Amino acid sequence: MAIWDAPGYSQVLAGSRRPGHLSSIAHELAKKQKEISVSEFFEKNKQILGFDSLTRALITTVKEAVDNSLDACEDAGVLPEITVRVEKVENNEYRVTVEDNGPGIVKKQVPNVFARLLYGSRFHTRSQRRGQQGIGVSAVVMYGQLTTGKAAKVKSKISDEDVAYECELILDTKKNRPDIIAEDFVIWDRSHGTSFQVHVKGKYITGKQSIFEYLKGVAIVNPHAKLTFVPPEGGTVVFERASENVPSPTKEVKPHPEGVELGELLSMAKYTESLKMTSFLNTEFSRISYRVAREICDIAGVPPDQRPTDLSLEQAGAILEAIKQVKIMAPETDCLSPIGETLIRKGLKNVLGSLKAEFYAPPITREPKVYAGNPFIVEVGIVYGGGLSREEPIQILRFANRVPLMYQQGACAITQAIEGVDWRRYGLEQRGGQGIPFGPAIVLVHVASTKIPFTSESKEAVANIPEIKEEIELALKACARRLKTHLNKAAKRSKTRVKFEIVQEIIPMIAKKSAKIVGKPVPELAGTITKIMNVVWIDDEVVFEKNRHHVSVKIYNYTPKSQSFHLHMLVPHDKIDQKTLKEKPIEVREENKITWDVKRLQSTAIFELDFDLRDLPQDQYDENEIYVSGIDPASVIGVEVLPGDWDLEHLKITEEGPAEVLEEGEEAEVDYDEGAEAIDNEE
Amino acid sequence: MMIPLRTKSNIRFDSKLAVWKYGRAMGARSAKKLTGAQMLLRTMYMLEFIEDMIKDEKSSTLREMYYISEGWDKAKFSAQDESNMLAEDLEIITQCMREDFKLRPEEDGARVIGNITIQETDRKGKKKKINCRDDVGDSGYGIPYNVEKEKISLVDCDADFVIAIETGGMFDRLVENKFDEDSHAVLVHLKGQPARSTRRFIKRLNEEMKLPVCSFTDGDPWSFRIHASLAFGAIKTAHLSEYLATPTAEFIGITASDILNYELPTDKLNDKDIQALNAEKTDPRFNDEFWKHEIDLMLEIGKKAEQQALAKYGLDYVTDTYLPEKLSELGVIK
Repeated sequence: MAIWDAPGYSQVLAGSRRPGHLSSIAHELAKKQKEISVSEFFEKNKQILGFDSLTRALITTVKEAVDNSLDACEDAGVLPEITVRVEKVENNEYRVTVEDNGPGIVKKQVPNVFARLLYGSRFHTRSQRRGQQGIGVSAVVMYGQLTTGKAAKVKSKISDEDVAYECELILDTKKNRPDIIAEDFVIWDRSHGTSFQVHVKGKYITGKQSIFEYLKGVAIVNPHAKLTFVPPEGGTVVFERASENVPSPTKEVKPHPEGVELGELLSMAKYTESLKMTSFLNTEFSRISYRVAREICDIAGVPPDQRPTDLSLEQAGAILEAIKQVKIMAPETDCLSPIGETLIRKGLKNVLGSLKAEFYAPPITREPKVYAGNPFIVEVGIVYGGGLSREEPIQILRFANRVPLMYQQGACAITQAIEGVDWRRYGLEQRGGQGIPFGPAIVLVHVASTKIPFTSESKEAVANIPEIKEEIELALKACARRLKTHLNKAAKRSKTRVKFEIVQEIIPMIAKKSAKIVGKPVPELAGTITKIMNVVWIDDEVVFEKNRHHVSVKIYNYTPKSQSFHLHMLVPHDKIDQKTLKEKPIEVREENKITWDVKRLQSTAIFELDFDLRDLPQDQYDENEIYVSGIDPASVIGVEVLPGDWDLEHLKITEEGPAEVLEEGEEAEVDYDEGAEAIDNEE
Repeated sequence: MMIPLRTKSNIRFDSKLAVWKYGRAMGARSAKKLTGAQMLLRTMYMLEFIEDMIKDEKSSTLREMYYISEGWDKAKFSAQDESNMLAEDLEIITQCMREDFKLRPEEDGARVIGNITIQETDRKGKKKKINCRDDVGDSGYGIPYNVEKEKISLVDCDADFVIAIETGGMFDRLVENKFDEDSHAVLVHLKGQPARSTRRFIKRLNEEMKLPVCSFTDGDPWSFRIHASLAFGAIKTAHLSEYLATPTAEFIGITASDILNYELPTDKLNDKDIQALNAEKTDPRFNDEFWKHEIDLMLEIGKKAEQQALAKYGLDYVTDTYLPEKLSELGVIK
């Protein structure tokens, strides 16, 4: 069986290029026997097609070809390796070549894939696909042909064949049919793949809305893909892959009746193979049983035995009304393929690594939700600090079905959701608690759906659907909380460092100097140190080297008395190298909750806990989560108090009454060196 | 370590000494906080440094000490203000003067012209008698950084009062107009905020030669502070007020009323000026009718004027009209 015949792959051609509005345009075209010339159609719909400016036309060209390649590779379970080459031919003319290692396309289908506008709409199944966003690579062929007069060149090889099939294609704009103007079989030194080359009129730019930025976005949300970019100015940029797992092909689902539109219903009825309305409703939609189908027909007043092809406009409207009245199960949601928390982080780290960001907040992938009968899922990742600018607005990376959205940022529900969150709570600056916040952060938002609702046909901004916006907000807040936790920890840590500096360096130096001045031996400092600190101080560290995480926790008892308490950590227990674990825990519970007993730690003594984790990818464990119980929380620094969900009743946590004022006296007396009153202009 | 707070809110009028001294509010310098610990460590280094200087019979300027701290590791100062402040802290703690620590300021005091005779012990140990009118050039006698008795004694004087002048330009105007001779005055140039030695020198003229002192400054909030540190005692050095301040000194500088009465050319108060004036409203040293009135008036008219604005009426106006008017108002001259 040729790969071409696999149902999944056929989707690349058929089902995916079927955005509602465009397909109705296409049917319109069909009805009128192609009275409108394709070039006219093109001119009228430049905006929709993504060719409204020369810069955008070039990006759209790359985008359509790359999306196609990625979809093809994923359907075939191949790790994508895609090379994009943009060459300047003359003034405004560029040659774009996109080559992939996908399964290839059988000879007879090549012309249809690349040179037939809106080829076929037989399938009304839905799945989460990149292709949903564009009009397809045929539009690129057409655009190239109209602007440069040159044919597109396609070379494709499937693994069954020894040679590749190569052809030059143009679109017969009158018949919407491909014309092969040259073809040949050639030797190609790869086992399978497709190369697509087209000449287009365009303008190559660098910067925010550029091919490079587009590919960067693609690399972030497709960490399994290796992307190579050869820009016209020379040089080569390679986005290496960060994951070896091809996302499983997305499951196709039939449309849920609640989301269907009138035009769509009509065209589905026109093309269905069912002979009766009831079987049409049952087979073409999800969640409609024969019983429900009959109920719909009854309420709509449409004979259940009527031929779907005879469905009138009025009847279709009545069917839609009826759908609203009957009870229909919510759509399936397992057809979505989110990137996942692990891979979002990997993708961000892989592509943005050179920024040396301080923190990659663990991303959030929400549970699937439904709007108007369409399942969708929202994912958010935040990158913070390091080399990112503190003075500028945060960077927003928007994605829909793993495709970067480059234009119309302001109109997008993603941007609006970001603007609606009060980021001041999460450590970013934001005037008045709304609008795009300022600070060293990059926020990634990915919306995946079987049908992404766009604000317009140009498909660059997600429409402000309340259900979607709410989910984006929830995801943003959840991820931002993780950022805040990290920032709190960092703040605490720096406070701890200060104390450490005092205790470990300054006080011994004072002691040494003063001893020298008065000519006496350096005094024992333990008493002084405990008096100054009066805390149990916990310092921890994770170091990754030689494929192991070395975890080390040091507990310094800087209080004047001995201390006993419990130390809790969240550690993947099965990864602990038991040989390295000298201090045995007293309890290991499900969900990797581990407890140690710190018993009678003497004043100024140190308790050390070390162990290694093995067989764990580096980014799976980069911060320790440590808690304590059985000790006055006010007298511990460096860790958090055990949260309620640890539920350790049997450990008999003895919360000692209200924390004694630890830094006693400090509040009462004025700090000489921090009296803010400036004395200026006086000798 | 407890140290009196060196703030505006912690200065009290000492009725015995008639100057402003630190009050009872104390601040703690503790090793519990990073800055405190650092300052304590710096104190140790500074003590060691002073000890070494005393041993080696050397002295250093405050700036030199600041640079020497480069080698003090964690005790290094981050600004010279910090090291100057710490030197003053040590004065307060030890009740010694910084000269005792072999530390001296960079700049000497300012210039003096007038018919007084002093005797200065020069760097070779030779005693020299100097008449500050006849034995000096037009730039006058330069006040050294140490004006204590071992260095300078006041021998003789034929003058009726001391006039301390804020700006060099006005000092030179009074010299050129021979105000010292005509009015029997000792002219002292303050160079802005007067250095300690300048204030000490004026104080000695006042105490030992029984000369009344007047300060003649610009009309702006900063000049009011110059007068305050000369007459009442500065906040930063309130521990030494009884050595440095001349409580009987009178203000004959430009006031807000003068701006109106003499119709002087003015500049608009800027934000910092306004801030400074408002700060002075809560400064206990300015808490009397005269100052409250002048500060409020200046805020109200929103204007300030330089002493040289008097030149509007000609170069001689200041010596022929303004000063005689002011001085006779105060009864300094008849």
